[in-house]
Amino acid sequence: MIVVAEGVEARRGAAAVVRGLSLAVRGGELLGLIGPNGAGKTSLLRALCGLDPLASGRIVFDGRTPAEIGRAAFGRTLAYLPQNGRIHWPMTVAHVIALGRLPHGAAVLDAAARRAMAAADVTHLAGRTTGTLSGGERARVLLARALAVEAPVLLADEPVAALDPYHQLQVMELLRANARAGAAVVAVLHDLTLAARFCDRLALMDQGALRALGTPAEVLAPAPVAAAYRVSIECGARGGEPFVIPWSRLDGPAGKEPTP
Amino acid sequence: MTDGTHDHHRLLLAGLALLVVALSVASVLIGYAPLDLGAAVLDLLAGRASLPALVLAELRIPRAVLGAAVGFSLGVTGAALQGLMRNPIADPGIVGVSGAAALGAVVAFYFGFSAAFALALPLGGLIGAGIATVFLLSVARSGADTATLILAGVAINALAGALTALALNLAPSPYAALEVVFWLMGSLADRSLVHVALALPFMVLGWALVLSSARAMDALTLGEDAAHSLGFSLKRVRLVVVGGTAAAVGASVAVAGAIGFVGLVVPHLMRPLVGHRPGRLLLASGLAGAALTLGADIVVRLVPTRPELKLGVITAIIGAPFFLAMLRRLKVEGP
Repeated sequence: MIVVAEGVEARRGAAAVVRGLSLAVRGGELLGLIGPNGAGKTSLLRALCGLDPLASGRIVFDGRTPAEIGRAAFGRTLAYLPQNGRIHWPMTVAHVIALGRLPHGAAVLDAAARRAMAAADVTHLAGRTTGTLSGGERARVLLARALAVEAPVLLADEPVAALDPYHQLQVMELLRANARAGAAVVAVLHDLTLAARFCDRLALMDQGALRALGTPAEVLAPAPVAAAYRVSIECGARGGEPFVIPWSRLDGPAGKEPTP
Repeated sequence: MTDGTHDHHRLLLAGLALLVVALSVASVLIGYAPLDLGAAVLDLLAGRASLPALVLAELRIPRAVLGAAVGFSLGVTGAALQGLMRNPIADPGIVGVSGAAALGAVVAFYFGFSAAFALALPLGGLIGAGIATVFLLSVARSGADTATLILAGVAINALAGALTALALNLAPSPYAALEVVFWLMGSLADRSLVHVALALPFMVLGWALVLSSARAMDALTLGEDAAHSLGFSLKRVRLVVVGGTAAAVGASVAVAGAIGFVGLVVPHLMRPLVGHRPGRLLLASGLAGAALTLGADIVVRLVPTRPELKLGVITAIIGAPFFLAMLRRLKVEGP
């Protein structure tokens, strides 16, 4: 599967929230979508999902638009994990994850749903009702629901936002494994170290436009990060893996440059 | 699910269906005049227009059928609207169709059509419900979100309520006003097979539409965006659920008046029994709504007051304290 966005422009009211953005994501790849608040990351994901109409441009999945794929088949093509996803009724975890099988027919806890449950490490929660879960457990249950679709494209909006460090690493490993298994995975991330360590490529957005697209080393350089985030960063590596620490605001009084 | 919950659910539906059948039979057996049921059935089958046969065919059976059908309509649409809005306090009345149906019937009263011919009342109700439905569907087709759609329903209810009050205000005599108020309280007394024939087709159409949205109801548990990503068209779901509710509830109000609380309370009662799964809640709530309405209509006839208590009064008297108790529990459990 290859997802291609060409000259995508999305509007919210009169304001352009995504401006002429083009990028491609291939199966087998984990693309990190980063950028400051209000950069248009969620708007881009919503456009990719077909949730909001495009003002201009087009998005194709293996050369076909969502309209050509058809609504039901598109539900099997793409899995979407919204930011701060809610579960409105206190169902059991097993029932929630089974909802991921709806595009394939009925909401049943079949082998695919069980695989997703095991992958997200929530099998032991299967009989619990969702009202009794901690924030981290809920986030992993919702991720398992999205994985249960077993779609070739997975879009995750801030999948690690509610998680403690242990589960952040676990979810990033899971997203990467999903990509290695063949899916095209796009994840919105705020943690630059997680983005640098786990993503194959990063897309840096700012004010609705794509500022940089490339390997983590290319994108997380001081200049593009300073332009988009207005912060300086400290970079390093441990065991061959990079880490990136936001250090000081460039236009504010806080933060001192680190002593060398 | 392929495991035990499936069998559990079938058992629940079978139990509820049995309860509805039993209460329907009880409803047929209970009445003000003594009825030799055996003779009535035999006469009816033989085509003899005896008094027992007439009582059975013209009074008892229509009342039982309408009780079940009105209750099913209120239960299934209440569950569907609560699922669509993901809000446990939604009620079928909220889409405004019941207010409009009541207004249609009141207009038929007010201009004396109902005195001219008896069916003017349900026909007026159906016309009122139909106009409101067309308006609601045009709002839904324009791509309005669920909240806008519900606000349109609230506006219809407000306008219909105001015009109903106006009709009462200008009523030619206190007696006419009283007649309207009584009708608005909801009742299944003195309905005939013609009422059944008028209302049932719309109700069945509404049930079919609403029940067809079961999978979408499940998907909506995750919110509208996630439901969309699972392949469901929210616009279509809104059209189907609001259209189905309007047909079923509009027809119910047209023949039975406004019967409150069934559509609100029944889904709450059933939710724990279906594991809070909104798709499965639909049919269970329909059957439970039928049972509750039939039961309340039996109570109405057993309470020795004359004129008989209005069905809507009984459902509200049972429903309101029950709902209050439920609210207390909701508060304790909390989201």
